[in-house]
Amino acid sequence: MTAKRLFSAFLLGATLSSPAFADQDPAVEQRQGQFKLYVHNFGLMGAMAQGRIDYDAEAAQTAATNLYHVTRHDQSRLWPEGTDSFSIDGTRANPAIWENLDDFVEKFTAMQTAVEALQAVAGGGLPEMQAAFGPVGQSCQACHEAYRDEAS
Amino acid sequence: MRRAVFGLITLAALAGATAWMLSGPQPLDSAAIAGLSGGDAESGRAVYLAAGCASCHMAPGTDADPLLLSGGRQFESDFGTFLAPNISPDPDHGIGGWTQEQFLNAVMRGISPDGKHYYPAFPYTSYIRAEPQDIADLYAYMMTLPADATPSQPHDLGFPFNIRRSVGLWKWLYLREDWIVTGDLTEAETRGRYLSEALAHCAECHTPRGALGALDHDRWLMGAPNPSGRGRIPAIAGDSFTWSAFDISAYLASGLTPDFDVVGGSMAPVVNNLRQLDRAELDAIAAYILRAGQ
Repeated sequence: MTAKRLFSAFLLGATLSSPAFADQDPAVEQRQGQFKLYVHNFGLMGAMAQGRIDYDAEAAQTAATNLYHVTRHDQSRLWPEGTDSFSIDGTRANPAIWENLDDFVEKFTAMQTAVEALQAVAGGGLPEMQAAFGPVGQSCQACHEAYRDEAS
Repeated sequence: MRRAVFGLITLAALAGATAWMLSGPQPLDSAAIAGLSGGDAESGRAVYLAAGCASCHMAPGTDADPLLLSGGRQFESDFGTFLAPNISPDPDHGIGGWTQEQFLNAVMRGISPDGKHYYPAFPYTSYIRAEPQDIADLYAYMMTLPADATPSQPHDLGFPFNIRRSVGLWKWLYLREDWIVTGDLTEAETRGRYLSEALAHCAECHTPRGALGALDHDRWLMGAPNPSGRGRIPAIAGDSFTWSAFDISAYLASGLTPDFDVVGGSMAPVVNNLRQLDRAELDAIAAYILRAGQ
């Protein structure tokens, strides 16, 4: 699935959600849920990459494959307009996301590409996994730097 | 009555003269820095990364080149908006025409080549603790970076903060060379203190400020409101901060928290700089952070 299609119905959510109940829009918790699943898998490989736990090829490969799939979850209903941090509480999604949607999608796609490379090698040895793990973190950071507010 | 009026005028004039005197620039002692070498650019690169020059002085946007210091980033504060100037070696719009001594006075005393005060948004409040030779090395390194002819933009500050001379009084009140964390420090803690308090200026964001913008030494690194956006700059000292030395060092090297969240916001460029230093330097910062929180 192309990134364009992933996000093609990106703004559809705006028509489905009522502004009066914007702060209860389930999309916010749901997209936060997907990021938690990212961490669930990314973190296991991170612990191995940093030597906090022993490298386990099978567990690393499973985590990388999970991450591959969850990062390809269709995004079209997760980012409705009006669910930015200036409009509602409970989110760190900066309104710049919606102002620079093309760039946001580009950064999201770069993350998917980095994850794909990690998925290809995660079970093939610690050095291989470490080498592919770094760029995934960098891709997360690029988006967090531009589009995520500080925690409150 | 006439005598009282005369007395008041005299007092006011004296106060004004005193304020003028106290607010004057206090440059480095020329004799003390005359013996510095011309500066070693390779050593200066490490100073550049530790001091985080690029974090503020590169162009706006997250894809900016951290070696092209064209300026233009905006920093909101309670006093107005500061715009980071061009400090690339361009002779007209940057610092290409500066002497080493002028550079040292800018970085370590907050004084421009024409004798004006810089606002303490520029953390000379930390760099004042640096070794002059390190700043001489930084000068040598920065002169090797690419020049850019983007003109610097003026700050947008409210009265009375737009009167630069008033910064001199602020300096008289608050600008100090002393270390904040004192006592018996290990070698690593001492190195970490130098990196953190003199160069990396961690406290400038992680420590809350008083009404006039001076750091609150009693709440050192205890976290602060984010001056330029939503949320808070997190505490890296105090009961709520539970990271180990390894956690801190690994975070500075990778941008990953112990929970494997990934760094963002204004800390992202800091990590981009620090991850290029030797790991021992990050371990030293970690040792200092933990010592500061005791």
